[in-house]
Amino acid sequence: MNRTVRIVVFAAGAAVLAVLVTDSLIHLPAFGGTVHPYRHAAVVAALLRRTPNVVTAINFDQRGLDTFGEEAILFASVIGAVTLLRPSKDERVTRPPEGGRVLQATRLAGYVLLPVTLVVGADVVVHGHLTPGGGFQGGVILATGLHLAYVAGSYPTLRRIRPLRWYEYGETAGMAGVAALGIAGVAAGGGFLANVLPLGTFGNLISAGTVPLFSVAIGIEVATGVVVLLAAFLEQDLATGKAST
Amino acid sequence: MTALVLVMLALVAVAGTVVTWTAEPTRQAVTLSVYGVLLSVLFLALAAPDIALSQLAVGSAVVPLMVLLAVRTVRSAGKRPRSPRR
Repeated sequence: MNRTVRIVVFAAGAAVLAVLVTDSLIHLPAFGGTVHPYRHAAVVAALLRRTPNVVTAINFDQRGLDTFGEEAILFASVIGAVTLLRPSKDERVTRPPEGGRVLQATRLAGYVLLPVTLVVGADVVVHGHLTPGGGFQGGVILATGLHLAYVAGSYPTLRRIRPLRWYEYGETAGMAGVAALGIAGVAAGGGFLANVLPLGTFGNLISAGTVPLFSVAIGIEVATGVVVLLAAFLEQDLATGKAST
Repeated sequence: MTALVLVMLALVAVAGTVVTWTAEPTRQAVTLSVYGVLLSVLFLALAAPDIALSQLAVGSAVVPLMVLLAVRTVRSAGKRPRSPRR
């Protein structure tokens, strides 16, 4: 395919795309309007399942299958990255260097914020159905919060509070938990990931049926998955050297 | 409210341009992080706190961190003598 043909093909495609995009943009509702058909449908459905946070109701109930797919993608990407970053035949695992100099202020802020961040992360995970947040956001907060031990301390400190094997188990357990919830929905006759548990009282911590369980399972999977992912990079960078033989 | 949205939209556009104009990957990680914070404020102004939280955690913390770690890994791999092909 020579240059002229390529330009003609591109121009034809671009012209069709331009027409379609212009047509869709003209028919878009105005910015910040009051008519939102999907919002009206989603809010009603969320309140019927006694879930105050509509976004979580969509993620973990109305469109639970999409979240299941997303978590499967995260699960597979973490496995892929860990596989690529494992020590190759000409590398061997070395002792990571002890921590360099850390400012006293950084050390203090890190160690004070470490437990605070972990509590905030857990709070965001378990209150996903009530307040903004949920398993994904809380999981990422938990995973990044843990790395404050590296910022404030040293890599060996982080390693001590991060037994990697258990995080690998955790990632699998989170993913398996979501799958189990899905199969439970089928077994109860409601379909994959159907919200089959009692809904409880609107606004209570234990309410909204399977939504908090789904959120916690996702929280475990995301938190441990991100830790395993970052650990693969950190191990490759700090604890892998060229084999001496 | 609308004024805040307009200001944040303008800031996000400026920050996005700065990110694309930053050529060096390690510097780009820093500008990307700033862009992520601005974007999460925009989401908050548009009444989407859930997305703002995701954006803050992923876009301004984890992604720049992974870019930095990936750049370091690639550079230290480049410094090592190349292994013979198997």
